[in-house]
Amino acid sequence: MTQTTGPKGLSRRQLLSRATAAGASFVVGTGFMAAKDAAWAMETSALKPETFATLVQMARDIYPHDKVGDEYYVVAVKGYDTPEAAGGIEAGIAALNAAAQGKGHASYLDAAWERDRVDILRGMEDSAFFQQIRGGLVTGLYNQKAVWPIFGYEGSSFEFGGYIDRGFNDINWL
Amino acid sequence: MAAPFDLNDDSVVVIIGTGAGGGVLANELAQKGVSVVALEAGGRHLPEDFINDEWESFGQLAWLDPRTTSGDWRVAKDFSGLPAWIVKSVGGTTQHWAGASLRFQEHEWKAATTYGNVQGASLLDWPIDAAEMDPWYTKAEDKLGVTRTGDRPGLPGNNNYKVFEAGAKALGYKEVHTGRMAINSDENRDRAMCQQTGFCFQGCKWGAKWSAGYVDIPQGEATGNLEVRSQAHVARILHDDTGKVTGVEYFDADGNLQMQKARVVCVAGNSFESPRLLLNSASSMFPDGLANSSGQVGRNYMRHMTGSVYAVFDKPVRFWRGTTMAGIIQDEARHDPSRGFVGGYELETLALGLPFMAAFLDPGAWGREFTSALDEYENMAGMWIVGEDMPQETNRVTLNHDVKDQYGLPVANVHFDDHPNDIAMRNHAYKQGAAVYDAVGATRTFPTPPYPSTHNLGTNRMSENARDGVVNKWGQTHDIANLFISDGSQFTTGAAENPTLTIVALAIRQADHLASELSKGNI
Repeated sequence: MTQTTGPKGLSRRQLLSRATAAGASFVVGTGFMAAKDAAWAMETSALKPETFATLVQMARDIYPHDKVGDEYYVVAVKGYDTPEAAGGIEAGIAALNAAAQGKGHASYLDAAWERDRVDILRGMEDSAFFQQIRGGLVTGLYNQKAVWPIFGYEGSSFEFGGYIDRGFNDINWL
Repeated sequence: MAAPFDLNDDSVVVIIGTGAGGGVLANELAQKGVSVVALEAGGRHLPEDFINDEWESFGQLAWLDPRTTSGDWRVAKDFSGLPAWIVKSVGGTTQHWAGASLRFQEHEWKAATTYGNVQGASLLDWPIDAAEMDPWYTKAEDKLGVTRTGDRPGLPGNNNYKVFEAGAKALGYKEVHTGRMAINSDENRDRAMCQQTGFCFQGCKWGAKWSAGYVDIPQGEATGNLEVRSQAHVARILHDDTGKVTGVEYFDADGNLQMQKARVVCVAGNSFESPRLLLNSASSMFPDGLANSSGQVGRNYMRHMTGSVYAVFDKPVRFWRGTTMAGIIQDEARHDPSRGFVGGYELETLALGLPFMAAFLDPGAWGREFTSALDEYENMAGMWIVGEDMPQETNRVTLNHDVKDQYGLPVANVHFDDHPNDIAMRNHAYKQGAAVYDAVGATRTFPTPPYPSTHNLGTNRMSENARDGVVNKWGQTHDIANLFISDGSQFTTGAAENPTLTIVALAIRQADHLASELSKGNI
């Protein structure tokens, strides 16, 4: 018997959102197959394509991992491409571009060096929009099972019998 | 009469909560022939239900009903709606705990006497001592199957432990081993042997770790004297004109309000929910809440001085493999004011999976300083710091009438400010923890801030004198003879050790006392 919520229990989405407090806003589906060519995934339904491209760049600039491909950042922010979320995202990205222009760039994406984009982000890191995106990425990016092997993390181990015969004490450099 | 019991059966002992305190008390009383109804807000989760996935498991087990926070502790900023990482499930937080099972040191029962006057701290001696607790600790260690006690061998060290041990020995630490753990280290026990799976915090899928949820509760139920009602959230404790408690009101699994009569009520909902329930049970006779004539209900909330130290090396560690917390350095647990603080702390191995490392390494951080640490995840080692924090009257659980839970009840607000002693101890521990890893070649170390609290203590503290606390040395409230507190909220002071073994020992002792008093007709 498994009972995970009370009679008026919260949805999983609410649970995770509350869990991260800063605002994980959605859970990444496990069925997504990351494509090497992420172009198709960049197609949008509610957001303007350039807005979504800016959002993906912003996600990478917040949590930059050079060994993690764009497709994972796309998955991490794809949940904002909905009619409900689009308004807030368009406004947030517009503010980001305005901040970029205030620092002499045509747009956020036009700032070619990461240090310039980070400087723009630092100027707005207390905004609700920045915190929404950053907070969502904590689960949106790092809770993607497809990302784990890139960091060496092995995930669930029970089905393999744990590590008792698979290297729990195999360190050899001490 | 055998379980299940009637709502109008006023001969039963009602226990609220089924964790280390309530779950053990329920079994122990049932073994002695006492009729018990245990009300548990969570559902049942057995080893086969547990999930080797941090966020999924968190959604399955964690107590996520709303709470609010205030004070200068960093948790209030990083996790404002989530002051605690504790469990809503039959078995309570024993489903999640790491298994570290340590006795208090002798002097820690007498913190006020030992430490003297510490400005701003409301230190008090426990009305019991190490000699009194010794036999109960032995019973608790046998029940939990604690390694390195009795004839039980220690667990083998995993990769994270090997790094930790090598660094500790290089620094000259002497008391370093794989811990006293309520996790089976051999095949010759009732429970399975540890398979070094990791995910101790997510519930042990082998059942190798002791949990009240799948050990004590089924044992108690097998006697026919214990009925556990899961998904039963207690709203209020009721009393009569003489001031004795008569039963409890609770919301059942369908959200309907029920009333269970009782001869005795034992509250074991943890240090947030237990005082909250006493306060929410206020009546015209007890306008400040039950058992609160001293004004002490909710006060002296303690959470242990905690923090973590993670380190990155130039070669792989793979610290997530194996038992999460089977590693301890005890040399700093002593009381030695020459270090600049009173009390002491333990250092214990700890690993998080990648998802939780991202959430907890440095909450709110972003950019390359943060991500370059996670890039080295495979090369990380980690330890947790757990030390005695100072009780303060103003660190307290109160009712927040502006925020209601799903039943319309005011939620707990948890206020906590670090005491200067806590800060001095944490800074010392950060330095020592980093030194352990530097001694074996760490290229970078991280003094990581406290997580939402799992060791929640105090708020209904035990005291010799009724004006200083809420319960006497048996956990019986000073004000109401048939109302008991049975969880970590009765802690007078927190000591440096993980609290579960002490909560269990107190529950076994309380069961013995309570059964005796019931049979004598004293309650």
